[in-house]
Amino acid sequence: MPAPVVPMLNYFAYLFDGGHWSLAGEGIPDRLLQHIAYTLVTLAISAVIALPVGLFIGHTNRGAFLAINIGNAGRSLPTFGLLSLMVVLVGIGTLPVIVALVVLAVPPILASTYAGLRSVDRSAVDAAIGMGMRPIQVLFRAEVPMALPLIVSGLRSALLQVCATATVAAYVGLGGLGRLLIDGLSTNDYPQVFAGAVLVAVLAVLLDLLSAAVERAVVSPGVRERSVRRTRWRRARPDPTNEDAPTSPVGISG
Amino acid sequence: MIAYIQGNQARILSDLGQHVWLSLLPVLVGVVLALPAGYLTVRYRWLYQPVVNLGGILYSVPSLALFVVIPAIIPVGTLSPLNIVVALSVYSFALLARTVADALISVQGETTWAAAAMGFRPLRQLFGVELPMALPVMMAGLRVATVSNISLVSVGAIIGVGGLGDLFTRGLQLSYLAPIIVGIVLSVLLAAVCDSGIVLVQRWLTPWTRAGAR
Amino acid sequence: MITFDAVTKAFPGGNVAVDNLSLELPTGQITVFVGPSGCGKTTSLRMINRTIEPTSGTISIDGEDVTSQDAALLRRRIGYVIQHAGLFPHRTVADNIATVPLLNGVNKAQAREQARELLTRVGLDESLASRYPAQLSGGQQQRVGVARALAADPPVMLMDEPFSAVDPIVRDGLQREFLRLQSELGKTIAFVTHDIDEAIKLGDRVAIFREGGHLAQVGSPQDLLDDPADEFVADFVGRDRGFRALSFITAEKLEVEQVSAYVDRARGASLVLDDTGRPTGWSVDGQEVLRALPGTFTTRDALRLVTDLAITSPAGAAVRVDEAGVADGVVAHEAIARHLTALRRETER
Repeated sequence: MPAPVVPMLNYFAYLFDGGHWSLAGEGIPDRLLQHIAYTLVTLAISAVIALPVGLFIGHTNRGAFLAINIGNAGRSLPTFGLLSLMVVLVGIGTLPVIVALVVLAVPPILASTYAGLRSVDRSAVDAAIGMGMRPIQVLFRAEVPMALPLIVSGLRSALLQVCATATVAAYVGLGGLGRLLIDGLSTNDYPQVFAGAVLVAVLAVLLDLLSAAVERAVVSPGVRERSVRRTRWRRARPDPTNEDAPTSPVGISG
Repeated sequence: MIAYIQGNQARILSDLGQHVWLSLLPVLVGVVLALPAGYLTVRYRWLYQPVVNLGGILYSVPSLALFVVIPAIIPVGTLSPLNIVVALSVYSFALLARTVADALISVQGETTWAAAAMGFRPLRQLFGVELPMALPVMMAGLRVATVSNISLVSVGAIIGVGGLGDLFTRGLQLSYLAPIIVGIVLSVLLAAVCDSGIVLVQRWLTPWTRAGAR
Repeated sequence: MITFDAVTKAFPGGNVAVDNLSLELPTGQITVFVGPSGCGKTTSLRMINRTIEPTSGTISIDGEDVTSQDAALLRRRIGYVIQHAGLFPHRTVADNIATVPLLNGVNKAQAREQARELLTRVGLDESLASRYPAQLSGGQQQRVGVARALAADPPVMLMDEPFSAVDPIVRDGLQREFLRLQSELGKTIAFVTHDIDEAIKLGDRVAIFREGGHLAQVGSPQDLLDDPADEFVADFVGRDRGFRALSFITAEKLEVEQVSAYVDRARGASLVLDDTGRPTGWSVDGQEVLRALPGTFTTRDALRLVTDLAITSPAGAAVRVDEAGVADGVVAHEAIARHLTALRRETER
């Protein structure tokens, strides 16, 4: 008598079922578009709030304490807790969820905009002033272009944060790809859960790659290789014009 | 609120306890894996870009998605705490591997050149010169990893294992603010305590960074 | 003695940094490698302690091929000083200086004690021992860098533009201190700079490199100034090499006028002395207010200094003093010019 065949759980059943890709009704395309819409709308609102404030604080260095601490506090706020709080306070609906997402997205943008402006080489700013730029010109023609790598990296981490938290927000009634996950979990429909997870992961990775491409397009090649690699210890680094050996040496480590 | 805390003390404490180890164990795993990985990317530079790219991709995957995908890849139950630990370890590793690599690369320069030229052997140079100099940057990465883990754990409550997140799901079910506020406050406090702890350790380990720069 | 024998270094990609270099660096002397950027001087220096390996040829120290030795052990026997000192920011000054002794297994207490002695030796206060490098000025850091290189008492020192990142006044002090130390220690030193003035001031021998890693000329500073091998060397030592050459002629044979007899009619200037006969300044046009003396010279000073003093003096003359600082002669720049003309006739004859 042959042993009974235990059917392997086909994780991809939901994802590869053509019926779920129908453009009509609440299929995958619809959920995907919803998710993208929530993410971009939230990011846009957050940027409109955080960028001017960050630029003001960074340019004038007034309220620096605020910028630094909002950045740290924002990171330690539990996203799910904030969503729950909003829903219990205001009730189920898209608006309270979007507000919660904005609250989470503002700190990284604000903090990195501030940090970006502060990282700008003072001598370049002094040169800009010395050449007769007005304060607003100094900000937009000198400081912002040089601060862009950090400003954009703040926007990118906010983007990922929003995309991920929008998934969680399905638990409190938001649409989007999170619905597949949450609804699947409540009905033990694992192929659906898996489909939701894969789709949201792919979406997040694509959004990140897309934003990396945008970063390359807007950041001047002259300031690209900055940020992390420049630390205080590099103050005393070799002067490249003074270097006889044009390539990295062999045998330096033994 | 006070009544709620008094009435549910045991549950709150056990949630907090679970939260602590669910968030900190992955940081430990991340550090243990990221140190050698970061070192290898410095030793063999061609590894740097693949490691950074992989880390970037892993880091961009939303946590909830990771919580349900991991059981499909490795044999852990979706509802097992181990699942959460593995997922958060993935994040910590993704973040820290890059930080370690960047920190070690950033200290390469005249000082490491001078060390080699004075007769340090590679391993002694790594432990005696490069790692100590890279500590401030690495500790900054450790702070980010720890704090974000602490805030992420509660998402696990959606699949049933989430430390203080348990208080959020309860509050939602009962439409009751007290547990949610207790959960948020404790989570933020825990993050602040761990963050300050790391800062203190860093001060103790790197006294030279406070030696008044000119 | 350090010997380069037909050493060539080609980097991947075909860039030849050093081309067939043969050169000897005499024991106990300072040999300066000087030349424009990309001439291979730093690469040559780095091949001595094998931080760069030659493509072909051999480098030996006292007859022993450097590649026959363990690189780390070889390096511990060669002091190394670089442009920004390259101090370890995470170690105190004392521990920085003690680096190589500690690598060699000397015990900590002894190494630190010795570090303190070295601090004094390079002209720093012992109280700096427990500071971190970030708390020192650039000049102080550079002195610590020199102390660190001296710590294991290596017979050979490599110095890669050690004084070029500090301001001119500090640099001048460091250079003089360095020469004083070397007169006590007598190390075999290879010294890289792009500054011909520094090369002439410090070098017992100067090796001038040109682009592409070729050795253009090697010799004493005076050789290079008197007799440049080609247009490149002449150009590099500078169009004012005639003036520089005065650095090597002393004022011994320069004739001076009596101090009491010296009054410059044209400028109405006379030298004012104090009770002990030391010069205090120039009185011009019979005025009470003294104009400062730019300095004085002795018979051991170079003609370059004397000329400079005469040009910058309000009276157009330099004042000579004896060992005690008492003025014993005055020379106007016209007289210096006559002296130089006579010297040239002598050498041409």
